[in-house]
Amino acid sequence: MTKQHANWSPYDNNGGTCVAIAGADYCVIAADTRMSTGYNILTRDYSKICKLADKSLMASSGFQADVRALQKQLSARHLIYQHQHNKQMSCPAMAQLLSNTLYYKRFFPYYAFNVLGGLDTEGKGCVYTYDAVGSYERVGYSAQGSGATLITPFLDNQLKSPSPLLLPAKDAVTPLTEEEAVDLVKVVFASATERDIYTGDKLEIVILNANGIQCELMDLRKD
Amino acid sequence: YPYVTGTSVVGVKYKDGILMASDMGASYGSTLRYKSVERMKPIGKHSLLGASGEISDFQEILRYLDELILYDNMWDDGNSLGPKEVHSYLTRVMYNRRNKFNPLWNSLVLGGVKNGKKYLGTVSMIGVHFEDNHVATGFGNHLARPILREEWREDLSYEDGVKLLEKCMRVLLYRDRSAVNKIQIAKITEEGVSISKPYSLRTFWEFNAFRNPTVGAEGSW
Repeated sequence: MTKQHANWSPYDNNGGTCVAIAGADYCVIAADTRMSTGYNILTRDYSKICKLADKSLMASSGFQADVRALQKQLSARHLIYQHQHNKQMSCPAMAQLLSNTLYYKRFFPYYAFNVLGGLDTEGKGCVYTYDAVGSYERVGYSAQGSGATLITPFLDNQLKSPSPLLLPAKDAVTPLTEEEAVDLVKVVFASATERDIYTGDKLEIVILNANGIQCELMDLRKD
Repeated sequence: YPYVTGTSVVGVKYKDGILMASDMGASYGSTLRYKSVERMKPIGKHSLLGASGEISDFQEILRYLDELILYDNMWDDGNSLGPKEVHSYLTRVMYNRRNKFNPLWNSLVLGGVKNGKKYLGTVSMIGVHFEDNHVATGFGNHLARPILREEWREDLSYEDGVKLLEKCMRVLLYRDRSAVNKIQIAKITEEGVSISKPYSLRTFWEFNAFRNPTVGAEGSW
């Protein structure tokens, strides 16, 4: 007797790419706004970036329903934290919370590929990169999603992040200025859009620094 | 798995609110079993729900929403659930059932107007949801969305919106085998919901491409 297998999958890949770059006193988080399924585009105008706390933003690509559920979970937990501690969660704290939330569903994972960006307790930019079940690492920059394989090597070349195994520990943040980092992100997405069918339409860039949050929207190729 | 299924629903935002169209067919596999099924229903005062997929699951969703609206009315607090809230509720319901590996086999279109703000969203059976100026389910995604992408504009008048939807439904009628020629167009504005009486579309089958489909390419269809 062979086991009956489901003809439908509870997962779907809605595509998209997310990138984050940490600077000395800023953090740039960017994601495209295309949502697709298979070879179809569902909508050209969907934001993948979510503000979890004053100093933490999360960009996620993957299965959109799971991403949304994850965003709601974390926002709710943040609200509880604020009620209990009378302050906002710091980015490193949110990073740990995200990791734990993902691992909680280790045996029916959130199909979400996340990058968490923000300012740490000292005001320096920080970027945390995750896999679908919660392993994470603080890095100077990261790309996740369908275009990640196209973007990461280029960022490696431009930003040369030092190895976390070095002693004494070298700072992971890039020496680029904010404008240069934003420029780099735009260039990187324009290239990824050329070759990745799931990336395109519009690029949403969020810049987080001591003055607050700024948003920028840039058009990408629609094909 | 679905047994009795409805085909596409198409929805657009227009000047005064939302316009939604669907046919009245429900198929049992390849048989066009039922031809008078209303696949669009008003929800509360501000929303309109259209569904494709398993009809019995649609009826169950209507029962859930009935209860939701009932409790909302029982609060008697002058507040009523708007389309955004109903959409959120439906998203959670669909996602939850998917998590339990027992999905409601539907693709839903939810449209409405509340306090002057127009809302048009969609939810699939695994919980994928988004809102946009024009949405469609099933074959509508393949055949109607491209037409809408070209021809939709902000502030469509009612007549233009209906013409646009009829164009989409006509293409679906020609090319979707589970479509029937009996459609309804529903309109929702700040004032309320109105679903038209069923009517048929004018079709034309004498196109040269239909009469001689293989003239350009022998062996194709």
